[in-house]
Amino acid sequence: MARHVVARVADIPPGARKFVTITGRGVVVFNLKGEFFALSDQCPHKGGHLSQGKLTGLVESSEPGSYRYSRQGEIVRCPWHGWEFDIRTGRSWCDPRRLRLMQYAVKVEPGATLAEGPYVAETFKVAVEDEYVVIEV
Amino acid sequence: MQLDAPIAPELDVADASGPAVARPNRLAVIDGDVHPAWRSQEDLKPFLSKRWWDHLQTYGSRRKNGSTGQEPYPKSAPLACRRDAWPEEGGRPGSSLALMQSQHLDGNSIEFGILGPLGATGQGDFNLDFSAAMCSAVNDWQRETFTRPEKRLKGGIVVPYEDTAASVAEIDRCGPDPDFAQVFMLTRSQEPLGSRRYWPIYEAAQRYKLPVAAHVFGTSGHPVSGAGWPSFYVEEGAGHSTSCQTVVSSLVIEGVFERFPGLKVVMVEGGFAWLPALSWRLDKLFERMRDEVPHLKRKPSEYIREHVYVTTQPMEEPDDRRHVLDVMEWIGWDRLLFASDYPHWDFDDPFRAFPAGLKPERHRQICAENGRSVYRLS
Amino acid sequence: MSTEWAGAIDCDVHPRVPNIRALQAHMDEYWRDTVELRGIEGFESIAYPTNAPLTIRPDWREGKAGADEHVERMAKALLDRHGFAHAICNCLYAVQMIRDEHMAAAFARAVNDWVKAEWLDKDTRLRASIVVPVQNPELAVEEIERCAPDKRFVQVLFLAMGELPLGKSYFWPIHRAAERHDLTIGIHAGSSYHHAITGSGWPSYYLEDYAAQSLGFHTQLGSLISEGVFVKFPKLKVVLIESGVSWIGPYLWRLNKFWRGVRNEVPWIDRSPNEFVRDHIRLTIQPFDAPASGAEVGRLIDQLQSDEMLLFSSDFPHWQFDGDAMLPAGIDASLRRKILVDNPLAAYPRLGGRHAT
Repeated sequence: MARHVVARVADIPPGARKFVTITGRGVVVFNLKGEFFALSDQCPHKGGHLSQGKLTGLVESSEPGSYRYSRQGEIVRCPWHGWEFDIRTGRSWCDPRRLRLMQYAVKVEPGATLAEGPYVAETFKVAVEDEYVVIEV
Repeated sequence: MQLDAPIAPELDVADASGPAVARPNRLAVIDGDVHPAWRSQEDLKPFLSKRWWDHLQTYGSRRKNGSTGQEPYPKSAPLACRRDAWPEEGGRPGSSLALMQSQHLDGNSIEFGILGPLGATGQGDFNLDFSAAMCSAVNDWQRETFTRPEKRLKGGIVVPYEDTAASVAEIDRCGPDPDFAQVFMLTRSQEPLGSRRYWPIYEAAQRYKLPVAAHVFGTSGHPVSGAGWPSFYVEEGAGHSTSCQTVVSSLVIEGVFERFPGLKVVMVEGGFAWLPALSWRLDKLFERMRDEVPHLKRKPSEYIREHVYVTTQPMEEPDDRRHVLDVMEWIGWDRLLFASDYPHWDFDDPFRAFPAGLKPERHRQICAENGRSVYRLS
Repeated sequence: MSTEWAGAIDCDVHPRVPNIRALQAHMDEYWRDTVELRGIEGFESIAYPTNAPLTIRPDWREGKAGADEHVERMAKALLDRHGFAHAICNCLYAVQMIRDEHMAAAFARAVNDWVKAEWLDKDTRLRASIVVPVQNPELAVEEIERCAPDKRFVQVLFLAMGELPLGKSYFWPIHRAAERHDLTIGIHAGSSYHHAITGSGWPSYYLEDYAAQSLGFHTQLGSLISEGVFVKFPKLKVVLIESGVSWIGPYLWRLNKFWRGVRNEVPWIDRSPNEFVRDHIRLTIQPFDAPASGAEVGRLIDQLQSDEMLLFSSDFPHWQFDGDAMLPAGIDASLRRKILVDNPLAAYPRLGGRHAT
């Protein structure tokens, strides 16, 4: 497993996301209220790019006409066919058992720790005083 | 659910990091359904007389859905478009030729894209003179904005189909221009499209050897089937295939193909898996009720097999992908035409949309060969 | 009599009301006199022109009166001949076409009482659908409540083409009453003709009219699922009668695909449309729109993804098959048994077991 430094924490404020490429794969990093999640950018349906999808909340319902809306910003919808994915788990809402995005382990690490290595940082010069988003692949 | 692998995985590495790059050795695709859009009504102004521009500003488009703009079945995404197809410089998806070129024509290896303008084009408008003026303007706008500057794009002659004489005049006006590859109509017309009132349109299309596209939608004032108006967008979307079946039934049973043996009709954006069941149903009924339709000399399935084509979008997605392959076999590999529906949200990528198990030579036939003869492309 | 059909349950036969006098006998004094006073000849829709080939198979036409007008003649042609255990009577008298909701209710009552007197009382194998005045759901519920105590009524009958799709909340009182009484909802090909029968208006030929009926079923299926009828009424079962069958696989592919992308529009649909269909929807087998050779039948049945979906029906006296070829070619023996007996019993809870008289 290699550690890839993909962004400074300050680059991805809460509610924002960043598209990065890691070993040729597209990955989207989300910040949900300070927690980071990394998912495959490619929709398992037909390959739409989730980095360009809309963030919404989750609507659930127990009966016709009831709309229980929660978790604003925690669902990403594929920009093409609109499939909903739970950012926290990578699972689709239409078929959570069988259809999901690959999730990557993501951590925040201080520059001081990273400076000890090893890591891959294709676009970053790691500074000891900053914090970084690190994905393990 | 077995998910589809791309047809040529080694040539199709997903990459969202920058503008789409043309990849060598990719199949050159013919796309039967691309939707151009204007940035605003101002784009049509140069192509309308003052009288009709003023009318458009004062009275606007008036159609049987009762709405000035937003459909009573709101879409699931703004303008029913892919979220990544909005031009950075502004304007609606489909209005930027540059983005269409880079994202779709280059990005998806499109050799030819056949245009089908939707929206307030004048089709179905109550005022027939206004309808005719708008359709002409839209055809001129297509030519100026898309087909002249970009040779990969071919226009669809938008006709005011509820006014047959005006439609024929428009086909006579635009037909000789090789920039146009089809006559463009909508499935939900005031009477079923096989009705005799529309026959002069087919006569003109046949004369110019242009296929007639019957694209889903249209404002007939009737619900999509005789069962009444559904509530939801999901029902309207799933219901488009019923409007296609109405058109095919009507064309066949009214005898349009008997009368116009050279006519080709393309059913656009309604999927295709409905066609075999319909053919079989019509054949059984023909056997039973031959005496009602003595003008038909052959079985409905024979007319369908010779004259009707279906675009592949939205691609059918059964749980068992083999079922789609069955259906394609039953329809006939030469009758299927790839379409993307770019830039709408239920878009099909020519290299990712098809079911796993489709042989590459069939993929090539559907994406690159069938359209060449139907649209008479070099 | 051969034994190959013995014990089968025919889920779609059509008794025909011979004339309005037959119904008058079951009307109260006001309506009986009104029929005379106003010269009401009756309500015959154009859905099945009497002399059209499809309407009555030639060998079931018996001079002026068809075998569908007399219970003994139908028994001879069908139940006795084949040894059916039951046949479910769906009377297509055009009650749904009437505009006056009170008149519709009166005629519905008369039709149901006529079916009881002339068919159910005369042949213990017969069962029937309750014809309801859809024009007014409250009156329809009254009629259901009136007929439900008679366990020989097993279904509530709708037509495939009415004024509103059947999933709409307007109809929920009817669905609620049906569910409460274990009555199945039957949606039968046909139209009230209150709308044009296609999305492009009125077609020229009867052939097109009949062909178009399968499209009404698309809308009904989409409506029942999208409106959440099976969420609201989880015990409800719906049978699509005389629909053509082979349309449904491809339609469901579309409905499922769209639903995945627009789920948030109808969030009460908490599982795929396919799952609702497998639990709640059934289809009668005649007509089965496929080539006669049967080569495609197996693949088409595969598309249904369940061997519980199909219910045996003859669609008597409509001319859907020749001789005794009541099932399409290409159906294997174990599936045949399910179609003839097991699936109908499961689809119609009032048919057997604790409800049997």
